[in-house]
Order: sequence, then C-alpha cells, then structure tokens
Amino acid sequence: MIATRPADHYREIAALTRAPVALMEVCGTHTMAIARHGLRSRLPPALALLSGPGCPVCVTPAAELDRAALLAREPGVTVAIFGDLLRVPGSLSSLERERAAGADVRIVYSPRDALAMAAADRARLVVFLGAGFETTSPLVAATLVRAREEAIENFLVLPVFRLIPPAMAALAADPRARIAGFLCPGHVSTILGTRPYEGLARAHRMPCVVAGFAPGEILRALVLLLRQIAESRAEVENAYETAVRPEGNPTARALLDRVFRVADADWRGIGRLPGSGLELREEYRRHDARARIPVALPAAAPDFERGCACGAVMQGRCAPADCAHFGTECLPAHPRGPCMVSSEGACAAHWRYGGAFRHG
Amino acid sequence: MDEQIRLDHGEGGAATARLVREVFWRHLGGPPFAEDAAAVEGAKELLLTTDAFVVRPLFFPGGDLGRLSVCGTINDLAVAGAVPLALAAAFVLEEGLEVAVLEHLVASMAAAAGEAGVRIAAGDTKVVGRGEADGVFVTTTGIGRRIAGVRLAPDSCRPGDAILVSGPVGDHGIAVLLAREDLGLRSPVASDCAPVGALARAVLAAAPGTRCMRDPTRGGLATAIVELAAAAGAGAVLHEEAVPVRDAVLAVGDLLGLDPLYVACEGRLIAIVPPVEAAAALAALRRDPAGREAAQIGEIVAGGGVILATAAGGHRPLHALEGAQLPRIC
Repeated sequence: MIATRPADHYREIAALTRAPVALMEVCGTHTMAIARHGLRSRLPPALALLSGPGCPVCVTPAAELDRAALLAREPGVTVAIFGDLLRVPGSLSSLERERAAGADVRIVYSPRDALAMAAADRARLVVFLGAGFETTSPLVAATLVRAREEAIENFLVLPVFRLIPPAMAALAADPRARIAGFLCPGHVSTILGTRPYEGLARAHRMPCVVAGFAPGEILRALVLLLRQIAESRAEVENAYETAVRPEGNPTARALLDRVFRVADADWRGIGRLPGSGLELREEYRRHDARARIPVALPAAAPDFERGCACGAVMQGRCAPADCAHFGTECLPAHPRGPCMVSSEGACAAHWRYGGAFRHG
Repeated sequence: MDEQIRLDHGEGGAATARLVREVFWRHLGGPPFAEDAAAVEGAKELLLTTDAFVVRPLFFPGGDLGRLSVCGTINDLAVAGAVPLALAAAFVLEEGLEVAVLEHLVASMAAAAGEAGVRIAAGDTKVVGRGEADGVFVTTTGIGRRIAGVRLAPDSCRPGDAILVSGPVGDHGIAVLLAREDLGLRSPVASDCAPVGALARAVLAAAPGTRCMRDPTRGGLATAIVELAAAAGAGAVLHEEAVPVRDAVLAVGDLLGLDPLYVACEGRLIAIVPPVEAAAALAALRRDPAGREAAQIGEIVAGGGVILATAAGGHRPLHALEGAQLPRIC
C-alpha cells in the first residue's frame, strides 16, 4: 500500500536513503515542480536529485538557434516560437535581440497558430521553430499534415526535435554521472508508454519509475526508486497510472512516423547521439525551412561560452552552483547559458527557487 | 545597463527596477520615485502618482483599458493611505481607431472613477499615425489627500506582523492572457480590476496600527512581498496553502508553466498589520463583498528574504520577477 500524505513519503525516503545516492529527474517539468514545491528541503542530504536533459530549450544546439536568428533577419520571414525560446542565446544572437532589432519574431502557443498566420498572409514565409520532445513533435506533425492537405506552402518548420530515450541511454552508460535511477518523464511517457525504458532498465541495471507532477506523485515515485535500489531490482514501474498507459499513444507515434524519420542529432552540451533526432520525410521537404531558405551559418557555433557548465549540469556531473558564472555573470535577466534561460532549466530553477541543489 | 529596451524592462520585475535606478533615478533623483505615490513638497498631506497603460486586447473579461487606467492610479493612492481628489488623463490615439471604441473606454473610465468617488478633471489627446501606436495608450495622473493620522511606511514593519491579501491572486494576468492569445481554452477567469480604496479604508479603520499596504500588480504577489520586505529591512514567510488562488488560475498556470504568485492582480490589496489587529483587519476586509475571500497569508520575520512554506511541507525562497514569465514548450 502506497502512502499518499507527503509526510509519510518523507519518512520512508529518509529510511530508504542509507548511503549517498543520486537519482535523475529527466524532464524539465519535474525539475521545476521539485523546485517549486520545495521538495529538496525535505529530502535527506545523502539523496541527490540531478536535473537531466529534458529541457528542450537547453538542448537545442547553438548552431540551430543561429539558423533561427538568421532566418528571422531574412526579408519576408516571420519566425514563430514557443515563448521560452525567445531569450536562449545561440553563438551569434538570440531571437529576443533579433526582435528588438526589428525582426518579426512572434510567440505562439501552438504550431497551429503559426499555420493560421501563414494561411492569413501567403506573401510571408512563416517558420515555426520546432523544438521539443515526444510531447511536442506529434502536434507539429499533425500541423504539417494539415499544411500539406491545405497546400499552405508558406508554412515552414525548422525541425530540431529530440528523442528522450536515446539521451537516457547515453547518460546511463556514462559512469561520470553516477546515476542510480531515473525518474522518467510524465508527459513524454503518455506518448511513448513504458516500454522504451525496459531495455534501459535491463541493459544498464537502471531502476526507472514514470512519475506524475503533483508533489505526492513525485515523492511516491522517489520511494519506488529507492525501494528498487534497496532490493537490488532494476525494473520499470509506472507511478503515473492516471495518464500513462504501458502502450502509450500509438496514434501519435504513427503520426510522427508519417511525417518524420529518425536521424542522428546534436544535443547542446552533450554532443551527437545516434538516432536521437527527427528529420522531415521527403514528402514534407517543401515545408523544411533548412531546405527552403538557405542562410550563411558561421563556420563554428560554440554551444557555450568559455566557463559555462550547462553541459555538465545536464549530464548530472555537476550542480548549477558549481559553475563559476552561476549567479554572478549568468542570471535570468542576462543568461550566459541555456539552463539559465528556460523556466525549466536546472540553473533557472536553482536561481529562482533557491538552494538545496546538491550533487551526490 | 542593457543597451536596448527589451519588453521585460516593462514587466515590473528586476529589469524594471534596474531601468528605474540606472536611468530615471540617476537623472531625476532617487527618493521621489521610491514609492508609487509621492508626497508633494510644500503640501505634505497631498500625494501624487502617475501610470501609463497599454494592454492588448483593449477589452478583456472583467474590464478594459479604460477601467484599468483609472483603477491602477487610484489604487496607488489608496495603498499609500490617501483618498483620491482628482485625476488627469492623457490619450495617445492611433489613426484609424474607431470612435465607438474610444467612447466605450472613456465610459469605463468614468464608471470606475465614479466607483471611487473621483472625477477625471483634466486631460490631453494626441493622435499618431497608423502603426505608430497600438490603438490607444492612456496615461493617468492622480492627486490624493492623505487620510488624517495615517502614516504608512514599510520600515515600520516588525517581526510577527501579519500579511493579509484581500482576495485571490493572478486573476487579472490570466484573464488578459487568455483574452489575448487564442489558446482554445474556455475559462471562467475574469480580471479582478477594481478600485481598492474602500478596502484600504476598511483596513485602516479596523487596524489603526497598519504598517503599510501594496497593490500587487505587475510581478504579482511574490514580487510585491519581496520588494516590501526589502524596503522594510525584514524578511517574510508566506504559507502556500493560505494564499487564495482560483482553481481555474492554477489550472491555466500549470498548463502554461506560469506561477500564479507572479501573475498580476489589479484589484487586490496587501496589508501588513500588527498581530493584535490582524483578526479585526481580516474581518473588516471580509465584510466588503470585494474582500470576501481575504486571507492571512504569512508573517513578517526578522532577517532578510522571503520564504514560501509549500503545501507539500517544503520551503523555497521567493525572488522578484526576473523578466516576463514566458509560456513553456511542453
């Protein structure tokens, strides 16, 4: 029987944490929920919660942000983005700076809004910056299907979607991260189901628990992870039964497969991971901003300024406060690294919601 | 200082504070701008305040630009412990604006001023070319008379003082966001935009020892308390479970990744009162229909910084809003 009061969970977590242990919450929404509810302040010091790479804003390569900024400078081009991409610095600029300098950069809440913009003004090219994981990409796939059906040729997508399981596999294989278990993403799992984590649990002896976002749900998932560790089990458990079915959402996955194909992709701060990104299939190439609007990218686009530790933070190798820039040169008002920009980035969560980020 | 004005310089958070400090205070002198309403030299009982209003869309559930422009200014006077005497309004109109729209807004201004028992006594109008403004911009200026015997100042706050709020937070910001963006969400949230003068006078009558008051507009409740605590040279603890927030505001906030504690209110009042007067002040607020959901949400404590004791039993610090809250990706 699972206790439902946070107080009971805190007791069991303390009892189960007998030695230093590090668990990673993969998803940025979990990072923010943990920080916002102040959960770390009630966890034993030996239990470290590491923030993973599940923040779309954080892992989008600087080169792609440079491309988006250069696209925004093109005459007749509107760049439509989700709000939290506005301030992310590439190596050249940010879309916020481009907008201040006169570019047409608009915040939308859904790719459908961008499609409507394109339909309303056929003389402009509307580029939707497609960043995100398995939760966002099906929505964009559905929008592209509609754009194709309705022949809205001026709706383009710059696809920089990433897939979560390959990144988790890379982290599980990295001994420097010392991850003892994954708090698996909730929203992404509604699409993927629990099966993609099975191989991970087996191959890397890695406990995996899918968690919801309410404080009680997160704490309960931590209890399940710590029990697995105490009992030397490495299994996939679903602690978000209300939203996640084992088979996920096959319709959404079929839609993804119809529009995109899997490709190798770069992750800001992590590097190239095989089979971790999505490219548009041939039938959708005419909606690919990369193919339609050539821009002259800089020869090299370093992902980080010298000294920025975002890469290590996202791989669980250090805490935000270990970075020399954190809270001095790098602040939410003038972020130097991507983890400080996104509301769900580890550094922003640490800055905004305060201390008690520890590294195990 | 940043090289260009960005939108977050207008969000009422840390970037705004930097702009005020590094540009306005530097040239105009600091103290007159430290509070939203300032004393008039040579007429100590008079307070002066001004506020510019731009909002998209012009009309939203619970209010419009006209109502907002009156409430914002008279509320700055109300929380400074003053009764408004007169308002002035300046309009920047965009070529092509429909007169019917302007008339609707001006009627709203008159209605809101009427609720607060004040007249708009002077005004000015400028018209700019199409595209040089977004419909209508309104600036209102208010002059008020300090209520006799009332002296409100953050530095009079003492550890143990109670922090009260007059109603649910975040309604205005969420209502405007939903009206502005076609999110396909049906929501019952209406702006709380209203004059708070009656609530302020009720608090002052029931709790003569009231230390200070604020209206948590841009930056929301959290930013208002953080700034107030800093001005008081003290700290504060807020209890998450005690802060009234409507379910619909929480739901939209969760969906978009917005923290209701940082979302603007336009008809709420924060009052800091001595502990012995807290019950009386709360009862006085609740007697007014606009204050029915008033609550004691925390206390002033010694030291610095503001801590939120969360419903999950944890705690975390609250900071001033840094930049606009941007809706997240997933």
